[in-house]
Amino acid sequence: MDHPVAEFAPSLPPRATAPLRRARSAGRGARREGLRRVVLGAYLIALLLPIYWLINMSLKSNVEITSGLTLWPHHPVLDHYRYIFTDPAWYGGFLHSITYVVLNTVISVTIALPAAYAFNRYRFLGDKHLFFWLLSNLMAPPAVYAMPFFNLYSAVGLFDTVWAVALAHCLFNVPLAVWILEGFIAGVPREIDETAAIDGYSFPRFFIRIFLPLIANGIGVTAFFCFMFSWVEQLLATTLTTVNAKPIVSVMTRTYSSAGMDWGLLAAAGVLTMIPGAVVIWFVRNHIARGFALGRV
Amino acid sequence: MNDKAWNNRAWFFVLPVLAFVLFSSLIPMMTVVNYSVQDTMGQNHFFWNGAGWFQNLLDPTTDIGGRFARAIVRNFVFSAAILAIEIPLGILVALSLPRRGWAVGPTLVIIALPMLIPWNVVGTIWQIFARQDIGLLGAVVNKIGIHYNDTEDPVSAWATIVVMDVWHWTSMVALLCYAGLKAIPDAYYQAARIDAARRWSVFLNIELPKLRKVLIIAVLLRFMESFMIYTEPMVVTGGGPGEATSFMSLDLVKIALGQVDLGNAAAYSLIYNLITLTVCWIFFTTMTQLEARKGA
Repeated sequence: MDHPVAEFAPSLPPRATAPLRRARSAGRGARREGLRRVVLGAYLIALLLPIYWLINMSLKSNVEITSGLTLWPHHPVLDHYRYIFTDPAWYGGFLHSITYVVLNTVISVTIALPAAYAFNRYRFLGDKHLFFWLLSNLMAPPAVYAMPFFNLYSAVGLFDTVWAVALAHCLFNVPLAVWILEGFIAGVPREIDETAAIDGYSFPRFFIRIFLPLIANGIGVTAFFCFMFSWVEQLLATTLTTVNAKPIVSVMTRTYSSAGMDWGLLAAAGVLTMIPGAVVIWFVRNHIARGFALGRV
Repeated sequence: MNDKAWNNRAWFFVLPVLAFVLFSSLIPMMTVVNYSVQDTMGQNHFFWNGAGWFQNLLDPTTDIGGRFARAIVRNFVFSAAILAIEIPLGILVALSLPRRGWAVGPTLVIIALPMLIPWNVVGTIWQIFARQDIGLLGAVVNKIGIHYNDTEDPVSAWATIVVMDVWHWTSMVALLCYAGLKAIPDAYYQAARIDAARRWSVFLNIELPKLRKVLIIAVLLRFMESFMIYTEPMVVTGGGPGEATSFMSLDLVKIALGQVDLGNAAAYSLIYNLITLTVCWIFFTTMTQLEARKGA
């Protein structure tokens, strides 16, 4: 779709080509817009296809699943979902997971707030080393901690409770929360702190009444990330629980029974685990872009 | 950075975090260190073993050493492949995301969705999707005439895990870059339009430099996450066929929780942790230097 004039462009000196190139770029702009849509469309389809397949499987009976490949459920059934919602082991799994995720999110954000403030506003003895040490915990492989956590939480009597998982996930969520909040706090001018002090605000009152509302978006984004990483984690959650606090991610292993795989049930449980995430993203969708940059753009 | 007030009372603000992280990181780590220098004859009776476990582990001629060396190689190859695919693809997706209009919200939600699926469910999705009998991907690929079986053929297994990770995490790179791109003032683009700059030179001279900071975060996070990968390959291949996709985490969990081989597991853990720590330190210094340069 190039403009015909563009054919002559290479032979002209650079300055003179600018208007010609501009004329050509109008046509190129439209083509580029088309390309942009194709790339995005292809990516979105690639993302959704495996998810569609899971939903497809969850609505088929096991007979239909094993009898051959069908692109959509020819005889859709809700049996798998009904089973999950009536079996206490299954819906209990969901409740346990949501409980420890919420506990972890509240703990992580609450204790990370003052620390993030301190790291951003003050210099103190060992601040850089401490920050690095915190970040290094974010990078520690959960596989390394599986065994010692098992020992630790058994020793303090928290094994197989939602608290064990909520506290264990603090290992990576607290440093993450400090890191994200620090990025957002950096965006609040220090003059505000000083003005509040001059106006006679005590520090706790300033922090709660003035400062927290200013970084409300950052707190929302941080809570989102804590929720996300606690919700998706499986290794520690499974290692630290057996019966009473079994999370949904380890209940799902029940479908690998001696009678073979219960694909339909597994797929239905998988579909249900996507819902809390989807709901949470919808709430933060306007902050999601900046949030993923951890406030650092 | 230097105009911050020096105030050691700031330590009080940090204390709760310190307490939590000491409890959930330092105490377990000390347990590991303890195991790594002792051996046991059972009945909770331990004796000093010095650097024995470490010597074994770092010597590729021993059984455990060879296993460890192969797992390290697999981890680095995997992380390199992940970065080589996800970073360029993420930038491309970020460039093609809509900047305004009604489509922004729904598009971002769809893009972020894979990251909020529990990791074992991600594994389950791909386990089903890749099966030759009931999975769309496996069936289609085999129909085209490519032999593909992710539980028996190492190449298929690797391809599945790499594609799965690309599916799972490219969005994070894309969202980071998208945030970086949105932070570029419109004036830059207008200037480029007046100069009739080509698309490629706009990318190289305006967008890429502005993305540098978020790209460092993206590379670090992707490296770390891919270096610790456990759940997804565990569900899809279980580390097989053979030990073809047995990454360090999988190997370590097998030794620690499967075989309860405490000494080897502890030494393994510490060296594994040391590698991630080194990379983290390199990143951290790069990042603080970048910020210092910006502040100057």
